[in-house]
Amino acid sequence: MIAQLVLFAILAALSVVCAIGVVVNENPVRSALNLVVVLFCVAMLFLTLNASFVAAVQVMVYAGAIMVLFLFVIMLLNLGKPEQLLDHLKPQKPLSVLAGLILVLVIASVIVAVPSPHSVLLPAQMTGAYEVGISLFSPTWVFPFEAVSILLLIAVVGAVVLAKRRL
Amino acid sequence: MGLVQAIPLNYYLVLSAVLFTIGATGVLVKRNPIVMFMCIELMLNAVNVTFVAFSRYQNGINRQSMDGQMMVIFVMAVAAAEVAVGLGIIVSIFRNRPSINIDTMDVLQG
Repeated sequence: MIAQLVLFAILAALSVVCAIGVVVNENPVRSALNLVVVLFCVAMLFLTLNASFVAAVQVMVYAGAIMVLFLFVIMLLNLGKPEQLLDHLKPQKPLSVLAGLILVLVIASVIVAVPSPHSVLLPAQMTGAYEVGISLFSPTWVFPFEAVSILLLIAVVGAVVLAKRRL
Repeated sequence: MGLVQAIPLNYYLVLSAVLFTIGATGVLVKRNPIVMFMCIELMLNAVNVTFVAFSRYQNGINRQSMDGQMMVIFVMAVAAAEVAVGLGIIVSIFRNRPSINIDTMDVLQG
């Protein structure tokens, strides 16, 4: 229990610090590298929740594929230089920080207001690829699975059409 | 089947709320569309933490529910599709105009 709390505290602190780093950094490449750390922390959080397959997919798809795509586009577009903020949007920054604080206070107060047991007993076994596969092809989820395959096909065609100079 | 003591569900939910808020604030603050995309990914990940946590704590002792993890896998697939199309749009915008500051893209504003 204590070890779980310590691990959760470390992961939570690291992920929040690096998430703030994503927003605060002026350089997009540094934002991307901070985001990689956040994604790894989220994968570790999935492992603490006994979701081993989802954690592996998180590392492979998010930290692997999607972040490589981000870095590739940053390099391709030569966006390494810091962004320049337009003058008429100056008051937006403190206002949005205030709005963020209000939002997190509202959500957290709702969560804390709901009573929850101090410690619970949960099954110890991991849910790996076997359980995920059984659920994915069960009658509940097989139709969304097929729909997502069509969505991915549309996305592939759309990305090619958008990025091609002349069809 | 062994049972283990686990930390309360609320901890995961509060962490998820904090991450989501940082992502939402980033979308409001940043003017670079790629960094805004990264903040959207941050928000999606915060929601994924909530899904997996609820999936873990749903059924308790009998059998762990898998619905939350299924939703996470679909969210990841949709996020991958969204990033591919969105970055394609950014590349094609960058081809036609020198800057990709989001404030200069007001043609569709009406």
